[in-house]
Amino acid sequence: MADATVASDGTGAEPLDAVPSRARAFIASYAQNRGAVAGLVLVVLLILCAAFADVIAPHPPNLQYRDVTLAPPAWADGGSWRFPLGTDPVGRDMLSRLIHGTRLSLAIGLVSVAISLSLGVLLGLLAGFFRGLLDTVIMRAMDVMLALPSLLLAIAVVAILGPGLVNAMYAIAIVLLPHYVRLTRAAVIAESGRDYVTASRIAGAGNARLMFDTILPNCAAPLIVQATLGFSNAILDAAALGFLGLGAQPPTPEWGSMLASALEFIQRAPWVVTYPGLAILVTVLAFNLMGDGLRDALDPKLRR
Amino acid sequence: MLRFALRRLALVVPTFIGVTLIAFALIHFIPGDPVENLSGERGMDPARRARLLHEFGLDRPLPVQYADYVGHVLRGDLGASLTTHQPVLDEFLALFPATLELAFFAMVFAVVLGLPAGMLAAQKRNTLADYAVMGASLAGYSMPIFWWALLLILTFSVQLGWTPVSGRIAVEYDVPVVTGFMLVDTLRAGDFAAFRSAVSHLVLPAIVLGTIPLAVIARMTRSSMLEVLREDYIRAARAKGLSVMAVTIVHALRNALIPVITVIGLQVGLLLSGAILTETIFSWPGIGNWLIHGVQSRDYPVVQGGILLVAALVIGVNLVVDLLYGIVNPRIRHG
Repeated sequence: MADATVASDGTGAEPLDAVPSRARAFIASYAQNRGAVAGLVLVVLLILCAAFADVIAPHPPNLQYRDVTLAPPAWADGGSWRFPLGTDPVGRDMLSRLIHGTRLSLAIGLVSVAISLSLGVLLGLLAGFFRGLLDTVIMRAMDVMLALPSLLLAIAVVAILGPGLVNAMYAIAIVLLPHYVRLTRAAVIAESGRDYVTASRIAGAGNARLMFDTILPNCAAPLIVQATLGFSNAILDAAALGFLGLGAQPPTPEWGSMLASALEFIQRAPWVVTYPGLAILVTVLAFNLMGDGLRDALDPKLRR
Repeated sequence: MLRFALRRLALVVPTFIGVTLIAFALIHFIPGDPVENLSGERGMDPARRARLLHEFGLDRPLPVQYADYVGHVLRGDLGASLTTHQPVLDEFLALFPATLELAFFAMVFAVVLGLPAGMLAAQKRNTLADYAVMGASLAGYSMPIFWWALLLILTFSVQLGWTPVSGRIAVEYDVPVVTGFMLVDTLRAGDFAAFRSAVSHLVLPAIVLGTIPLAVIARMTRSSMLEVLREDYIRAARAKGLSVMAVTIVHALRNALIPVITVIGLQVGLLLSGAILTETIFSWPGIGNWLIHGVQSRDYPVVQGGILLVAALVIGVNLVVDLLYGIVNPRIRHG
């Protein structure tokens, strides 16, 4: 980060764009990665889908057309463009439910990552900055959480809090937590010994200022990457919980629970199972592509 | 090495204590106490309730209850299931071979396909083969496996009729349980028709459970291989006139395998997460299925004991992987 301002010192020895700024290098590197760009485009589309779900969706997500249950997709025999992806067992429009499901999946990702990230960064900062007993206690607690398979930990939390969409978000936030704590701690320990931190301390900066203002911004890169990948984990785990009946409850148009509630119709109407799963796959894939691209672009050591 | 082993072992103790705390807390955080859950909808008169609370030891201070709990755990007593009234440990041990058999073949599938795919991608870097392997691996890594399982069932079981939809073996076969591993037991009994049935039941669940590990192993092998292929000794081996094949397999793979083996070891937690979903979908009678039933029927001793045992398993396997890694790579020991 120390070289970040080299380009703008204005000595005029070289034209500005000969020494690319960090941001420009980052954008250039990210743009080179076709997969990452595709991931970003998909994520933007998904966000638009979620934001304008009410406008885009041809039907209200929970409206039941009792006379057209299990209608096939438009291009199949007996399908019509009134329900482009067909209808579910109680006659709700699949496409509209999927579009509204985007909103839920992104919300689950956003909320669980936000909770997990803020708590994880705080704990990681405390552990890495103060070390000693506090560090030991925090890190042993994280070891315990990592000893439980992620889905099992989420299930345990849901068993305590009770099933539901909001509790699933908390459960996933808890599952993701150890990764942020470990990453932040490692980055803080690496940065703490640097001269700029010592300089800041000598200049009279207090602990809080050193932690949040001086050190934290320089630990951001791995956290951004992990947060992006956290989105995909959160969406996958939430869908799995929904599928097991422990996450979002019917009639919420959450993709995992949509899949579960249509299971018995899988032979007669494969589309009720195919499309929600495809939506999960595409969304998770988009965030994974973006996360990989960010990692390559932010971490020159890993750049190919 | 002994010091490294002891230090690593010492780290396991607090982790395990933490897991017992979580398992213990699980029962006490649950809304309503176990007695209330027993009484169901009808309710219970206060005198009987107090007597039951006393009987279960639930009226004692929490630290005493916890110490008592740990004492029981150390003696292998994890309580009894509320639905079957069987000891939780016995149920776990009876079902575990089914999960182990499934996980083992999932891992075999993942390694047998993942290693060559990763090597191919590294060797043919930036070609169509590389992109195909990496694309497939990314898709596999992003796969909601419960959906993947349904697609495979729909294609191979329902439409093509190649494999059964669920279970471990067709009902008409009655194989005496000796090891708990269906493939071993059917062979011991000399019943080849039963063996074939067991194999056909195993194929789809093993593929489903192995998909994410396969993706991870292919990716890891590729990047580890790319790193090794850059080394001087590889160039020297090529300069000596050895074929690409010989260099890749004899020289590069051996060194590229170290991080890959670690990754394989660390897949245990992931495998168990996956087993919960896979077993639920295929009605595979293993611990994942058992745990989900426990959660759904509010069988808290099963959930509590199951979490404890699974965590102990993960901790144990990670310990073994670390120790093995310490033996293979001396630098780790002195880290």
